[in-house]
Amino acid sequence: MANYINHALFGWYPYLALTVFILGSIIRFDREPYTWKAGSSQLLRQRQLRLGSNLFHVGILIIFFGHLGGLLTPIQVFDALGIGHGFKQGLAIVVGGVAGLMCLAGIAILTHRRLFDPRIRATSSFSDTAILLILFAQLLLGLLTIPVSLQHMDGHEMVKFMTWAQGVLTLQPDAWMQVKDTNIIFKLHLTLGMTIFLLFPFTRLVHIWSAPIWYLGRRGYQVVRSRRNLNPAE
Amino acid sequence: MSNFLDRLTFFSKVREPFADGHGITTNEDRRWEDGYRKRWQHDKIVRSTHGANCTGSCSWKIYVKGGIVTWETQQTDYPRTRPDLPNHEPRGCSRGASYSWYLYSGNRVKYPLIRSRLLKLWREARATRTPVAAWASIVENPEKRASYMKKRGHGGFVRARWEEVNEIIASANAYTAKTHGPDRVFGFSPIPAMSMVSYAAGSRYLSLIGGVCMSFYDWYCDLPPSSPQTWGEQTDVPESADWYNAGFIILWGSNVPQTRTPDAHFYTEARYRGTKSAVICPDYSEASKFGDIWLSVKQGTDSALAMAMGHVILKEYHVDRQASYFRDYVRQYTDMPMLVRLVKQGDAYVPERFLRASDFDKSLDEKNNPDWKTVAYDEATGKVVVPKGSVGFRWGEQGKWNLEEQESGGKDVKLRLTLDGFKNDIAEVAFPYFGNIEHEHFTSDDHPSVLKRNVPVKKIKTTEGEVLVATVHDLFIANYGVDRGFGGGHVAKSYDEAVPYTPAWAEKITGVSRDKIIQVAREFATNAEKTNGRSMVIIGAAMNHWYHADMNYRGVINMLVMCGCVGQSGGGWSHYVGQEKLRPQAGWAPLAFALDWGRPPRQQNSTSCWYAHTDQWRYEHVNVGDIVSPTAPAGPWDGAIIDYNIRAERMGWLPSAPQLQTNPLQVAKDAAAAGMEAKDYVAKALKDGTLKLSCEDPDNPKNWPRNLFVWRSNLLGSSGKGHEYFLKHLLGTSHGVLGKDLGAEGKARAKEVVWHDEAPEGKLDLLVTLDFRMSTTCVYSDIVLPTATWYEKNDLNTSDMHPFIHPLTGAVDPAWEARSDWEIYKGIAKAFSKVAPEVLGVEKDVVLNPIMHDSPNEIAQAFEPKDWKKGECDPIPGKTMPTVAVVERDYPNIYARFTSLGPLMEKVGNGIKGIAWNTAHEVEHLKALNGVHTDGPTKGMAKIVTDVDAAETLLMLAPETNGEVAVKSWEALSKTTGREHAHLALPKEDEKIRFRDVVAQPRKIISAPTWSGLESEKVCYNAGYTNVHELIPWRTLTGRQQLYQDHLWMRAFGEGFCVYRPPVDLGTIKPVQGSKPNGEKEVVLNFITPHQKWGIHSTYTDNLMMLTLSRGGPIVWLSEKDAAKAGIVDNDWVEAYNTNGALVARAVVSQRMKEGTLFMYHAQEKIVNVPGSEMTGQRGGIHNSVTRAVLKPTHMIGGYVQFAYGFNYYGTIGTNRDEFVVIRKVKNVDWLERPAKDAQPVIGSAAATAAE
Repeated sequence: MANYINHALFGWYPYLALTVFILGSIIRFDREPYTWKAGSSQLLRQRQLRLGSNLFHVGILIIFFGHLGGLLTPIQVFDALGIGHGFKQGLAIVVGGVAGLMCLAGIAILTHRRLFDPRIRATSSFSDTAILLILFAQLLLGLLTIPVSLQHMDGHEMVKFMTWAQGVLTLQPDAWMQVKDTNIIFKLHLTLGMTIFLLFPFTRLVHIWSAPIWYLGRRGYQVVRSRRNLNPAE
Repeated sequence: MSNFLDRLTFFSKVREPFADGHGITTNEDRRWEDGYRKRWQHDKIVRSTHGANCTGSCSWKIYVKGGIVTWETQQTDYPRTRPDLPNHEPRGCSRGASYSWYLYSGNRVKYPLIRSRLLKLWREARATRTPVAAWASIVENPEKRASYMKKRGHGGFVRARWEEVNEIIASANAYTAKTHGPDRVFGFSPIPAMSMVSYAAGSRYLSLIGGVCMSFYDWYCDLPPSSPQTWGEQTDVPESADWYNAGFIILWGSNVPQTRTPDAHFYTEARYRGTKSAVICPDYSEASKFGDIWLSVKQGTDSALAMAMGHVILKEYHVDRQASYFRDYVRQYTDMPMLVRLVKQGDAYVPERFLRASDFDKSLDEKNNPDWKTVAYDEATGKVVVPKGSVGFRWGEQGKWNLEEQESGGKDVKLRLTLDGFKNDIAEVAFPYFGNIEHEHFTSDDHPSVLKRNVPVKKIKTTEGEVLVATVHDLFIANYGVDRGFGGGHVAKSYDEAVPYTPAWAEKITGVSRDKIIQVAREFATNAEKTNGRSMVIIGAAMNHWYHADMNYRGVINMLVMCGCVGQSGGGWSHYVGQEKLRPQAGWAPLAFALDWGRPPRQQNSTSCWYAHTDQWRYEHVNVGDIVSPTAPAGPWDGAIIDYNIRAERMGWLPSAPQLQTNPLQVAKDAAAAGMEAKDYVAKALKDGTLKLSCEDPDNPKNWPRNLFVWRSNLLGSSGKGHEYFLKHLLGTSHGVLGKDLGAEGKARAKEVVWHDEAPEGKLDLLVTLDFRMSTTCVYSDIVLPTATWYEKNDLNTSDMHPFIHPLTGAVDPAWEARSDWEIYKGIAKAFSKVAPEVLGVEKDVVLNPIMHDSPNEIAQAFEPKDWKKGECDPIPGKTMPTVAVVERDYPNIYARFTSLGPLMEKVGNGIKGIAWNTAHEVEHLKALNGVHTDGPTKGMAKIVTDVDAAETLLMLAPETNGEVAVKSWEALSKTTGREHAHLALPKEDEKIRFRDVVAQPRKIISAPTWSGLESEKVCYNAGYTNVHELIPWRTLTGRQQLYQDHLWMRAFGEGFCVYRPPVDLGTIKPVQGSKPNGEKEVVLNFITPHQKWGIHSTYTDNLMMLTLSRGGPIVWLSEKDAAKAGIVDNDWVEAYNTNGALVARAVVSQRMKEGTLFMYHAQEKIVNVPGSEMTGQRGGIHNSVTRAVLKPTHMIGGYVQFAYGFNYYGTIGTNRDEFVVIRKVKNVDWLERPAKDAQPVIGSAAATAAE
């Protein structure tokens, strides 16, 4: 039974979540373009937002890219660079811990604001409140993994997750076996993480797709979208 | 194809830099912009406006998209003004801009609705009976009648079909006409100018069946009786563009930016032009910031302020120095030179009536109406002359009714203003003083009640022997207490003596410092002298709603007249309350009152009618003795206020409906049986007592109003003073009246009226309301009919604020099952024609009408009025009692008549304000334009089938919209005045304004004698302009602006001249103070209901957009000091109450409020966020829950030229500003959200099916 659950959660569920995440996002972008938004409540109340939002976003971006790099960089690359597993784990705990605490402070402020400001509360949809609370739970779970990780500082558990994540993306049918014996905290964290991917297209999280990173490399501050045909080749 | 795929353009993306790389041109997809583009795309734009009583009459663009009205914006295509005058546009305000919300809102009435209990009874009765018999079986059974009546206001509406409700209404009307009389079918609809065709729809139906159209302008208290008193004119005012021409503007109790929003720009522009402005109002209003000076006057004491300013002007410009422009003006255009008899009273004299030609030997050779020609001294000859222009010249002769400075024989004269220095004597004349009356909340002083002042007088020989006379001028100045060196007391040499009416005296009463009073008065007069009268007073409801509003207004009018401002461009009296100016009135009246089929129509003054029929008179605490003058002529002056109304009705002064206790259809039969003419029969039967006037017994079931239509109005939620009395006595449902009636209190009762110990509760059999929104009135109705909104029908709209005629146009068809008012009444007329033959055929109807202003009857009793009931004279119709006419009603053909222009327009012609003309030519034009009926009883007559037909009819017949008629009407007037006037309209003779023309662009009216102003390329519309510049007399006794009122009742109530009268004590506080404590502090405040910012009366106050801009429910405003006294903080729920009832609202605590006042803006709907009241246990009431109408006897005077009755022209007014309330915090806010005690399941619901 335990095997079945592990197989389902870490073998099949990732594909379900990723499929919904990608297809759902495309369909929503295509069919409901006017719902594609961050849904900021800044107009309703400025206070708390500036601090809370900045703490939250900086923290979560560090965590997000930390997870992305840490889980998906092939182990061989670390080995080739001579970065030890233990060192990498230590780095992850320190950077992730600091960012996590920042994020925690931020999300606490934002949650308080969303639940207790009557105007914001009244204008929040169910999904707005739900996704915020889910992110809050996921963050707490992530922080709770730190004491567990401190039990085994050699990084071998971490390697299991890297192997699993890379296995899932490279379509290895047995990747789930990597994580079946890990601590329940990790499993909960993984499951909730995949669930966030699953819910992603149905929430305001879609604004992540539209993060205006193009601005960073843009030349020219005035953009003219021309009606004239600029591509004579066509 | 796909938003996603189309953005995958990494390989075809082009970027072209420009401006050194500071910008780039890209070929990114731009189709997303279409979303925004479509947001503002629309299928069409239609011109319409808002039919609210706001005087705005703004042209709006209504946008339609996919068959749905989406939004509206201001139109900007008004015809341009002349150079050096700002244009009218843009007109509009936030309220109008939110209107489209209503169309598809939850508040929209979508289907015909009926009280479920009534429908059940009807279906049951109708299963076995014919329609009228079915209705009879319901209302003749007291239990059945009570079963739906007691539920009014408690919900229980169900949907019904149009055919069914029309049949019910028609049956009720037919039953009532047959059983009680057609004058028991009432209709209330206000302000035709808002949407005149819709008004006409209902009034045409009612007038055809003999029903009663009720007045509104007086009931709303928008009517200033001072205007008819002074000018013989209901109200005539400058258009807002004329503000720009003024040099000095006083805003007196008018909040222009808030309540005249679309016109306010002219005020701003005038300020840019350099016009100086003073703002007078108790609170720091939105208008106050426009003022160069703000006078925060104690509310209700404006006449004291006006009298003090008048004192300054008289002293500095008429006495110490005589400004020649002012002197010439008052000599020619006012009654100041006229001679007044003085009679001995005690040891002094009091001014009596004007001396008339008939007082002299051979009537000074005047053969025609010598009783009605006033006299004056000629300066050159020193002889008494009869100057042209008095009312005696208007009737019975031609060519001398004008203001040329000539005497009757045509010799030039210069009338003498003062008798001082004319071999005169000095006599002591007594003037009444009311400023010493104590009032808990107003300052009084201890001057005596009679002020004796010395006046130059002269003995003169009359047919009654020698009498003492004085000029109005000399009495007028003496009344102001200006010292002229004649000795005696109660006059002041300096402004610092606290003698009535000096600035020092006024300072104590009004709280405005004397230097400010002097400054404003001087600047006002100086400007007027230098500019020939370009000083203006903009004035409004704030001052006109006091019991003694006449005094406030006459105080101001006196200032304007002393300075020669009335009738001059940029000057004059700008009273803006109510959208009173129905510009094409002369063309509209025949359509609206079915004058093409029968004359006269039945019209009733609402204030007196509601006072009687909501039994407010049974609670009257104001005694006649409290308001009678200390200098009143001998007379009993006893009885209650309603007694005076009854006297006025029987003497033919005020209208009366229901008229007689007997059905008027029966009276016609009885007269025929007696072989007498109806008028002789009625006079005889009244005298011998076989006929009784209904007004003498308003609580007798025979005299109740039985059916009431309300349309274009929110009678119960907005204008109904004494709201709780309406609920209790007229409707018979649960109410919040907290006081006891006089019978229960054991107090003195009225003399003339029959007293029933048990007051009736529930007089109306049927209340039908037409509305597009579920207003408070709808909630209390038995049947609610869904009407078209202002964007769904064709109609016309005019205003006093600008000279344009606006259309309302159907941008879309009426939504759901709504119909336009025209179609609704047409439908009822059709149903009526179908059911009426069951009981009614072609009937003769005896119609009683009061002695009308502008008719030859208006000169009824020249001297002391005599009462036939007291045996002082015989009842003579049109002289000492109402006129009596017989009108034929063809009940089976009401529909045919409704939809055709009847024969009287060709046979009798048309006219207005005493001017008549032949209009056969227009009828021919109309037949060609609208087409004619090809068969049926109205074969060959012009069609009036659609609302556009109706609009064309009135536009064709009115001089303002048909140049040919304008020329005819001026020519008709020329015969009476003997002066040529047609030049005023000749340049526009060919112009005919049609409905489609005004749809294309608003059109300016053509100048017509209906109005006293001109609309031309040279002047802005300004009241009194043709009186001054064309020498057309004012329609008063003297033919001039009349500053002295000599009618017996005016003298009896101390208002011969303007005086200061403090607010009256209505006695509504003491009985409730501490009567039901809830532990919170009680504070007593003056209850004031000004016009608001978030609605036009109750319209828009249930509109979500406007609610969002305010606090979203009922609010009252009070000062920080009063709030602290009562322990109230901002946004607390508070209750205001007195014996009339209670209201609950949130408190707005603001430093802009004057201590001692409570504002509740007029009017906030009972249906939005109103919790229960701790005092009454009912839902917390509306602003009118704490008010009660109190009548004033002087407003009942009739049969005396300018005091003769006219519909919405003169009559009792529904004042409400003298009211006080107790205010306290609400302890427990109870939303009453539980089922009523005896709630029944709704027809058709699951619970109802189960119960069956």
